[in-house]
Amino acid sequence: MSESLAVTTGDIVREAAALRRSLDAGFREEVVTSLYGEVERITRRAVQNSGSGPLELDQRIDRIVTSRLLGLPLMLGILAVVFWLTIVGANVPSQMLASAFFWFEDLAAGWFTQLGVPWWITGFVWHGVYRGLAWVISVMLPPMAIFFPLFTILEDLGYLPRVAFNLDYLFKRAGAHGKQALSMAMGFGCNAAGVIATRVIDSPRERLVAILTNNFVPCNGRFPTLIMLATVFVAASFSPAVAALVAAGSVVAIVLVGVMFTLVVSWVLSRTVLRGEASAFTLELPPYRRPAVARILYTSLIDRTLFVLWRAIVTAAPAGAVIWLLANISPGGVSLATRTATFLDPLGSAMGLDGVILLAYIIAIPANEIVVPTMLMVYMSQGMMTELVSLDGLRTLLVDEHGWTLLTAVNLMLFSLLHNPCATTIITIYKETLSAKWTAIGALMPLALGFVVTLLTAAVARAFFGF
Amino acid sequence: MSVEHNCETCPVHAEMAQLGAAVGAFDRVVALAGNPNTGKSTLFNSLTGLRQHTGNWPGKTVTRAEGGFQFAGVRYKLVDLPGTYSLLSASDDEEVARNFLLFGRPDCTVVVVDASALERNLYLVLQVLEITDRVVVAVNLMDEAKRRGIEVDTRSLARDLGVPAIPIVARTGENMMALLGEVAAVASGETATQPLRSKGTPAFEHAVSKLVPMIEAAAPGVPNARWIAIRLLDGDLPVEEALASGRLAELVTRQQAPDARFSRKIALQGSQ
Repeated sequence: MSESLAVTTGDIVREAAALRRSLDAGFREEVVTSLYGEVERITRRAVQNSGSGPLELDQRIDRIVTSRLLGLPLMLGILAVVFWLTIVGANVPSQMLASAFFWFEDLAAGWFTQLGVPWWITGFVWHGVYRGLAWVISVMLPPMAIFFPLFTILEDLGYLPRVAFNLDYLFKRAGAHGKQALSMAMGFGCNAAGVIATRVIDSPRERLVAILTNNFVPCNGRFPTLIMLATVFVAASFSPAVAALVAAGSVVAIVLVGVMFTLVVSWVLSRTVLRGEASAFTLELPPYRRPAVARILYTSLIDRTLFVLWRAIVTAAPAGAVIWLLANISPGGVSLATRTATFLDPLGSAMGLDGVILLAYIIAIPANEIVVPTMLMVYMSQGMMTELVSLDGLRTLLVDEHGWTLLTAVNLMLFSLLHNPCATTIITIYKETLSAKWTAIGALMPLALGFVVTLLTAAVARAFFGF
Repeated sequence: MSVEHNCETCPVHAEMAQLGAAVGAFDRVVALAGNPNTGKSTLFNSLTGLRQHTGNWPGKTVTRAEGGFQFAGVRYKLVDLPGTYSLLSASDDEEVARNFLLFGRPDCTVVVVDASALERNLYLVLQVLEITDRVVVAVNLMDEAKRRGIEVDTRSLARDLGVPAIPIVARTGENMMALLGEVAAVASGETATQPLRSKGTPAFEHAVSKLVPMIEAAAPGVPNARWIAIRLLDGDLPVEEALASGRLAELVTRQQAPDARFSRKIALQGSQ
């Protein structure tokens, strides 16, 4: 061909189109057919299949766990068992950690005082930063150390694709991609990771639906909050024998509410701004594999537990400092924390919450993990109670001194499910969509829903149940 | 055939060291490709000593992770690509895999296949063979296949595909040295492969040969002009668009840039 330096890409595309027309219409089909033939021949020569043992067992198990009738109830049952084990197992270690940490806080603060360190340094370091850290670790570490290995075992076993299979039908009805069930399952671990996991979805429309709705399932940063609220409030009204069961049941219920919101919002999105049909896909159900226990312990304890905990710690320490400052800088005799909380109080009570809870959510934007500790620190900094050694103490603090009711607990659980994603997730949404508009929608839509839902529940509870 | 043998090529005494994420300067680049859920990440972890998250479900890895290992005195950068069934469709994870194979120019590509689902896995193998000569097929999960009564004759497979095929069990590290021996030989060019390639009709081959020089003139230095030509003839819109917008050239530079640090960060995020 001629040596023209100026071959433009446009020329190439035009030439390719012309050449394509000159070829037989079915030229690619021929190639594809011969490819399939080739693959079959190679396989026949290389593979000897003599009967199948475990495959049949796999199929028998799959027939049960993915059956129309039993699939979903079994899934909920497994989820409930996981939460139950987490709640029952985490209770005692949590309390032990809390008492040890707070014992040390007093001790260390005492040393500082003896050494003549100014009171505001002691307060800032020990009652601010350290207390924030202590709360995060004692409230979060034990449940995570139990929940993550259990979740990883299910993942390693091969149960997650079965979950996707069970939910596929529902997602399709909602106009979303069936693989959204997988990214949703990842969201239970971490919403930022769930948003990244949506890359397995081919269609941009369905991927966007999956990204925008990922935040509706509670991540690991939010599970401790949910578990604590379920244990301290919901379950406390029941006899000790069934308390843990009720607590696990209410966490499962919240998860279900989250899945419901995922489906409903997906349905609305794919009928309004992101209109379109659900596309078909094939999902492989991998064989069940025996989980590698050593690796699971490593992955779930080091990679997940410590990772999440570390993230919580690096955000909790500055948050602890901020709270201490807010609580101790008092222009005109009233602390900044109290001023802000009072300002937010009307909105808070309309939502069945209070000003302090809203303030905690504002301070905790960097990481959901620290909502409860922040809340407690603001409450405690208001000078009513200086130390907190057990979950009973927690109940006393919240119910007796700050007027919490069952409505507060339920609405806080709902709000913890429905509010803006944490900063990391928001950044991830931006990285994945490269669109400020969709990032803003992804951040604000759940928050707006949270306001609407809590306002409604509060109104209904007050009108009909006398709260 | 048992997993243990194939020792003619097995440099038992070659030393192997995991380099983790600190690849630093490396001599060769090895890519890991394969269908979802065939154990690529497990193999990646066992070679690099990294702990990239693995899980028994398809679509676990959606970005490429990088790590390093040293074998017989040569330092390798290992790139773990997302699991894909094909290199044709345009979902993000498949594009990551395809762009790297096309433009990252790995010295050797290890295609990990599931021994108990060989037929389904071979489509990807043949597609990779269209792109590059330097391929080693790692037939993984041999233990699982055996339990199901499936025997894979890797010699027959290697003969038919024209590239080495090594049976391995990535989870236990079985036969890893034999695999590395082949990777080293293919990467250095010591083992010459003759990959199986489908030949089109004469008219088709003629059309390809007309396009290839044009592509090379318009985008100098672009690897795999033949593959691009075939995609264009096929009416592959994303490829057409990439060529027209100049994104293709940009892809080539980006894939060859040493961006290990960036990928590692993504890999960490993805591991949660």
